[in-house]
Amino acid sequence: MIDVFDMSLVDWSRGQFALTAMFHWIFVPLTLGLSFIVAFMHTIYVRSGDEAWKRITKFWMKLFGINFAIGVSTGIILEFEFGTNWSNYSWFVGDIFGAPLAIEGILAFFLESTFIAVMFFGWNKVSKRFHLAASWLTAFGANLSAVWILVANAWMQKPVGTAFNPETARNEMTNFWDVIFSDVAVNKFLHTVTSSFLLASVFVIAVSAWFLLRKREVLFAKRSTIVASVFGVIAGFATIFTGDTSARIVARQQPMKFAAMEALYEGQSHAPLVAIGAMRTDTTRQPNPRENFIFKIEIPNALSYMVFLTPSGFVPGISDLVFGNEERGLLSYDEKIERGAVAIQTLKELKRARDRGDDVTYAALLEKFKDPQWLEDYYKHFGYGYYKGRELKELIPNVKMNFYSFHIMVILGIHFLILSLIVLWLSLKNRWGDRKWLLWVALLTLPLPWIASQCGWIVAELGRQPWVVYELMPTLSAVTKLKPGAVQLTFWIFLVTFTALFIAEIRIMLSQIKKGPGGK
Amino acid sequence: MFGNLSHLALQQYWFVIVSLLGSILVFLFFVQGGQTFIFRIGKTESERTIIVNALGRKWEFTFTTLVTFGGAFFASFPLFYATSFGGAYWVWMAILFAFVIQAVSYEFRTKASNFLGQRTYEVFLFINGMLGTLLVGVAVATFFSGAQFSLDEMNSVTWATGARGLEAALSLFNLSLGLTVFFLARVLGLLYFMLTIDNGNIIARAKKALLYNAIPFVAFFLLFAGWLMLRDGFAVDPLTGKVSMEHYKYLHNLLAMPAVLVLFLVGVLAVLGGIASGLMKERGNGIWFSGPGTVLVVFSLFMLAGFNNTAFYPSAHDLQSSLTISNASSSHYTLVAMSWVSLFVPFVLAYIVIAWRAINKKKIDENEMQEGPHVY
Repeated sequence: MIDVFDMSLVDWSRGQFALTAMFHWIFVPLTLGLSFIVAFMHTIYVRSGDEAWKRITKFWMKLFGINFAIGVSTGIILEFEFGTNWSNYSWFVGDIFGAPLAIEGILAFFLESTFIAVMFFGWNKVSKRFHLAASWLTAFGANLSAVWILVANAWMQKPVGTAFNPETARNEMTNFWDVIFSDVAVNKFLHTVTSSFLLASVFVIAVSAWFLLRKREVLFAKRSTIVASVFGVIAGFATIFTGDTSARIVARQQPMKFAAMEALYEGQSHAPLVAIGAMRTDTTRQPNPRENFIFKIEIPNALSYMVFLTPSGFVPGISDLVFGNEERGLLSYDEKIERGAVAIQTLKELKRARDRGDDVTYAALLEKFKDPQWLEDYYKHFGYGYYKGRELKELIPNVKMNFYSFHIMVILGIHFLILSLIVLWLSLKNRWGDRKWLLWVALLTLPLPWIASQCGWIVAELGRQPWVVYELMPTLSAVTKLKPGAVQLTFWIFLVTFTALFIAEIRIMLSQIKKGPGGK
Repeated sequence: MFGNLSHLALQQYWFVIVSLLGSILVFLFFVQGGQTFIFRIGKTESERTIIVNALGRKWEFTFTTLVTFGGAFFASFPLFYATSFGGAYWVWMAILFAFVIQAVSYEFRTKASNFLGQRTYEVFLFINGMLGTLLVGVAVATFFSGAQFSLDEMNSVTWATGARGLEAALSLFNLSLGLTVFFLARVLGLLYFMLTIDNGNIIARAKKALLYNAIPFVAFFLLFAGWLMLRDGFAVDPLTGKVSMEHYKYLHNLLAMPAVLVLFLVGVLAVLGGIASGLMKERGNGIWFSGPGTVLVVFSLFMLAGFNNTAFYPSAHDLQSSLTISNASSSHYTLVAMSWVSLFVPFVLAYIVIAWRAINKKKIDENEMQEGPHVY
C-alpha cells in the first residue's frame, strides 16, 4: 500500500499547510469580530441618526475591508491545498470533509461576499435599513463560514457520524447531524468565534487608546472603546467558559494531546495543574527522551478537577498512553500498532480476494468490517498500523510546543478579560483615558491576542499529531506523492508572497489609523 | 425527496450542479477579462480607476464561485478533487497563485503606504486576468484530451510527468480552449464596461477592442469545437466500467443528447448576438446575451464530458484509471445530504440579483470616483 514514507515530503507538506493556515489566521479572527463591532456601531448610527456614529462606523468599516481582502487572498489556498498536498486524505475522507466545505461556499461565502459590496458601496445607493441589514448579513456570513470549516476540523479531531466502507476503502458519512453537532464541533466553533470577538475587541480598544494618548478624536475613541469593551467582556467570559469545556473534551477525546499540553508523563490521581513552568529536554533517557521542568508552579488537584470535576480523577500521562496501563484499562501503542496492522492487512486481503474473484473469501472478510466487536478491537486502531516497524516516539506530539502554546494562550486570555473589564468599568464612569499608563497597557496589548489565537491553533493541530484524522489516518499516509523539492518551492513562493502582502497590510492599516476617522 | 433517488441519479444531479457552477464561473470571468484591459483602455489615472472600480464591485462573485466550484467538486466527486489537484500540482498552484494576488489588489491598490506600489497591484490584476482564464481553460480541456495520471489500489494518484499538469499547456488542443476562454473573458469584460461605465473615452476604446478580441475568440472557439467533434473520446462501458477510445465520441454525445445540442446552439447564438449588439449599438447590454450564452455553451460542454457513458476526467496515461461520475463520487448518503443544501441555491441567486441591482442602479463615472464612499 504505502511502503516507503518520505518524511521530508510529509514535513514540507505540513510546513506549507501550517504556513498558509497561520497567515490566514492572522486576518480571519479580526474579520469575525470586527464585522459584528461594525454592525453594532452601524445600528447605533441608524437608530440615533447621530453623524458622529456614522464617522465611527465608516472608520472601522474601512479597516475591516483592508483586513477582509487579505483574509480572502490567503484563504483560497487552504481550500485547494487539501487536494494539492493531501490528496490521499481528500479521497479517504472526502465523503465527509468535502460536504461542510461545499456548504460553506454555497451558504456562507456568497452571503458574505454579496452583502459586503452593499455594505461598502451602499451608503448613498440603498435605503438605510437595507444598508444596515447588509452590515449584519456580512457579519453573519463571515461567522457562518467559520461554522463549516470548524465542523470539518472538529471531525478530524473526533471522527463521528461515519463508517468505514471496505469496498471503497474510505470513510463514508452515516449521520450528518452527528458530524455537525458533535461536542467537539459545537465547542470548537464557540471557542473560536468568541475568542475572535475578544481579539477584535482588544484591537478596537488598543487603537482607540492610541487616539486617546495623542488626545485626538476623543469622542470617537471613547465611543469606540465602550462598544468594544462591552463586546470584549461578554466575549471574554464566553471564551474562558468554552475554553474550559474544550480542555475537558480534549482530555477525554484526545488524552495524548492533553498530556502534552500539561507535559504530564506519569499519570496520576489528584493531578496538579502547572500554572507556569519552563522545560529542558532530558536526552539521557534514550530511546525515549522527555521534557523535564526546570521550574514550575503548580495548583494542587486542579488538573484532575478540571477534567473530572473531582480531585481524585486519574489523568493519564504520556507514558501510560504509550506503554499502556493495565490497571486503568489503557492499551499500549505496541498493541494498538499490532491490531491496526491486522486491520490494514485484512483490507488488503479483501481487495485481493475481490480482484481474483474469490467471492467466498471476499464475503467472509467483508463480514469482519460489519462486526462491531471486530471494528472495536481492530479497525479502531487502523491508523496505528502504519507505524509497524517505526519508532514509538513518532506517535508523541511535540510536548514543549504544546505546553508553552497552551499556557501562553490561557494566561493571555485571562489578561484580555481583565483588561476589558477595567476598560468597561472606567468607561462607564467616564474615566477611561484619565490614567496614561492604563492607555499604554491597552496599546501594548495590541499584538497579544494574535499570539494567543495562533497558540490555540498550535495546540489544536500540533497536539493532534501525528494524526490527520484522529487515530485513523496519519499525516504520512495522507500526503500527496510529490517530489519534496516541488513542495519546498511552493512553500518559499507562498512565504515570500504572503510576507509581502502582510507588510503591505500592516503599513496600510497603520496609515489609515493615523489618518483617523476624518481621513479619506 | 432526494433519499429515494438512485445513486446514479444523485451523481448526475451533482454533476449538473457542478457543471452549472463551472459555467457561471466562466461567465463571471468577465472580471478577469476586464482586468487585462486596465492599461490598454485606461489611458489616464482616472480612467484606470474607473475601470478597476467597475470590476471591483464584482470580483468577489467570481472568486466565491471559484471557491464554491472547488468545494462542490470536493464534496460530490472527491476522487476527482484528490486526483486532479494532487496530480496536476503545478497547474493548480499557478491558478491559485493568480487568484491569491488578485484578492488584495483591489483593496490595496490606491491605499497610502501600500508597500508594493499602485502599478504592482495593477500588474497583479493583469496577471490574474491572463493566467487565470488561460490555465482554467487548459485544465478543463483535459476533460476531453485526458490527463497523465494513474491510480493505485487505494486510489492514490501518481502523475506520469515531472511537469505535474503543466504539460497540458503544450497541447494545441488544450491551448485552443485556453485561448478561447481567455478571449471570451476579454469580450465579456468589454461588454461589461459598456453596460456599467459612463465615460466616453473608455466606451469608444472598448468598442474598438471588442472587434479585435471577438475575432480571435471566434477563431479559437471554432478550432476547439471542430477539433472536439472530430477527436476520439473516452467511452465507458456501462456494464463493466471498462474505458475505451471511441471515434467521434463527443460528436456522438452531442447527437445522442438533443437537449444538449439545443443548449449548445442557443448558447453560441446568444454569445454571438451579444457581441454583435455590442459592436452595433452605441451603448450596450450585450453582456446580458453573451453572458447567459456563455453559461449555456460551457454547461453543454460539461454535459458532453460527463454524460452518455463518458469518462469526465480521463487518463491518457492509464485508460482504466479514468474517472467517471460513478466511480469518482461521494456516497449516496452524502449526496442526499448535499442535495438538501442545494435547495438554497435559488435563494442565494435571488439575493445576488437584488444586491447587484442595488449597486448597479447608476453607472460608474468620474464623479463617483471623487465622492464615492469606498473607492478602490
